[in-house]
Amino acid sequence: MAERAHILICAGAACISAGEESFKSALEKELKNSGIFEEVKIIETGCFGTCDLGPVMVIYPEGIFYIHLKPQDAKDIVQEHLLKGRVVERLLVKEPKLGEALPTINELPFFKNQVRIALRNVGFIDPMNIEEYIARDGYLALSKVLTEMTPEEVIDEIKRSGLRGRGGAGFPTGLKWELGRRAKGSEKYIICNADEGDPGAFMDRSILEGDPHSVIEGMLIGAYAIGAKKGFVYIRAEYPLAIKRLTSALQQARNYGLLGERILETDFSFDIEIRIGAGAFVCGEETALIASVEGKRGMPRPRPPFPVNSGLWEKPTVINNVETWANIPEIILKGAEWFSSFGTEKSKGTKVFALAGKINMTGLIEVPMGITLRDIVYNIGGGIPGGKKFKAVQIGGPAGGCIPAEYLDTPVDYESITALGAIMGSGGLIVMDEDNCMVDVAKFFLSFTQDESCGKCVPCRVGTKRMLEILDRITKGEGKEEDLDELEELANVIRATSLCGLGKGAPNPVLTTLKYFRDEYLIHIREKRCPARVCIPLIHYEVIREECRKCSICFRNCPVGAIFKDDDGTYVIDQEKCTKCGICFQVCPFKAIKKE
Amino acid sequence: MKKLTLEDLKKIKEKAQAEIQARSPEGKDKIVVHMGTCGIAAGARETLLAILDEIEKRNLQNVVVTQAGCIGFCEYEPLISVQKLGGPKVLYKYVTPEKARKIIAQHVINGQIVMEDVLSTE
Repeated sequence: MAERAHILICAGAACISAGEESFKSALEKELKNSGIFEEVKIIETGCFGTCDLGPVMVIYPEGIFYIHLKPQDAKDIVQEHLLKGRVVERLLVKEPKLGEALPTINELPFFKNQVRIALRNVGFIDPMNIEEYIARDGYLALSKVLTEMTPEEVIDEIKRSGLRGRGGAGFPTGLKWELGRRAKGSEKYIICNADEGDPGAFMDRSILEGDPHSVIEGMLIGAYAIGAKKGFVYIRAEYPLAIKRLTSALQQARNYGLLGERILETDFSFDIEIRIGAGAFVCGEETALIASVEGKRGMPRPRPPFPVNSGLWEKPTVINNVETWANIPEIILKGAEWFSSFGTEKSKGTKVFALAGKINMTGLIEVPMGITLRDIVYNIGGGIPGGKKFKAVQIGGPAGGCIPAEYLDTPVDYESITALGAIMGSGGLIVMDEDNCMVDVAKFFLSFTQDESCGKCVPCRVGTKRMLEILDRITKGEGKEEDLDELEELANVIRATSLCGLGKGAPNPVLTTLKYFRDEYLIHIREKRCPARVCIPLIHYEVIREECRKCSICFRNCPVGAIFKDDDGTYVIDQEKCTKCGICFQVCPFKAIKKE
Repeated sequence: MKKLTLEDLKKIKEKAQAEIQARSPEGKDKIVVHMGTCGIAAGARETLLAILDEIEKRNLQNVVVTQAGCIGFCEYEPLISVQKLGGPKVLYKYVTPEKARKIIAQHVINGQIVMEDVLSTE
């Protein structure tokens, strides 16, 4: 019998870790108990993007969107929704402003304001079933290029679409392919860069988990355009689910003859292998990645020669990021004009962002280029939780920068973001509110790049270490005003003399925070104070005598015995013993402890 | 498995597209089976199953079937409502499985409202 309802459960990594599997088995059990298991179809999809609300699911044909699902909710959903047709109100999203429940997935501002091209199938199809991809026009673009287009026409279409590399640098994809096609040599390679390493970024993982075939099809089209027979997907070992789904997708494509010899009865042959990386951040840099695929230690080398001329095993190699590949089939099917109708003059199409930090809807979104940061943060992301004030957004990962509130109306495109000292990067967006200390944020990102520096170039290896030491001193209240000049000098040297993007970008978080939040650095240095009260050595806790009700809760909770009772029974914190863990501040029911 | 040809790809697409039809409810005829406690007691489950069976048999791809709760006319259960795209919403009363099959053939497919079973139209 045809199923009367399709239940799409998000099986992205975030929902799985929130308990998707136990909910799904409870739901299946409940459906069997009610005797309607055969009438509905359960599909586990890729990430919906609403990671904060997980586990989530949608029930079609109505399109009802349920959130925060627990195994005990399965009964209500089956008995009420599936049997009696009554929507289970308590599991719906509440519109934050009006407090009204929003039943269907299309009503959510989070989805309404998105344009999904690279994510067109993510969250809508079963990534483990090639036929669902085919049903959504999958491999139609491949058959179009193989039967109706010459490689030159394919390259021309991509060039005219204005697509630029989504890995971060924004190099025009069509131009890269043209250089790859023109490069001399009969043996050429295609690589998909899935070594997504920015903290808080998970765009590529979600695409591979939710729609692996779109990447495979993109690579097939690229291979046809440049004349490659072999491709590699370089993916980090920390992405086991993405690897599992991609492996299964590759196997299915091979079984269907969509990979291998003489694809779709043409003369075109191509196959893809997976290469698993150990998760070194520098291996996202193309020359280091190529070295790693070759089995060597992942370290960058000077360019030129560029990989399009001499890449993998010194053969011409076109390397693009996951999101770039996922865009290709749609551009071929709907045309360059359609794609370039989205975006700005120089940045066409859409961009996927991973929203993280102090924002209501953390998760994954795809928006047209040129949208303002304000739209992303407030309309799609639902604003800052707890009525706090927006302070900055960190864009572009560890090589990116912090953009302050006064630039919230900046359009998001490659040029505008670079002009502010940040970079578009691969799409990590970390929102910060008044409780974030910008010196601490800069220190966090710098300690990441310092740790991940491969050590080849002295400025990056030693310079970032020196910068980190200075930042560490400032956050301890031992900074001097001259430190800021030294930071800037070091930053400029590192930027100018490092070989690859890791070193060149490493100073960006420090430079942008120095540019936009210099006051905060100065307060740390001059007043030995952290305005956001984050830097532990600079804060202290004290009992407000007038407010203390002598309840002893702080005394009993202090893990180091730093709280004692004085003569009149009020509690006092021994500053010598206090480790500034903040527990007393959290547990005091009368807000009688102040943090400064 | 043998190599796919363009023709095979097209066939798979048609078949698979029919399977994921349920996920795009826009632009389709709607059948709503009222399944409150009263409806279920009056046999709405059997009616629903007959509707699904008929849709499968006739390979109707442009129809979505959903459920709704009690609308207050418990006396007339099982109730179903049928709304063809652009047409009026017709509420049918006492819909047994046999009547349901007739409504599909006559109303959903041929666009002729089954007058004798109508409770109301809007």
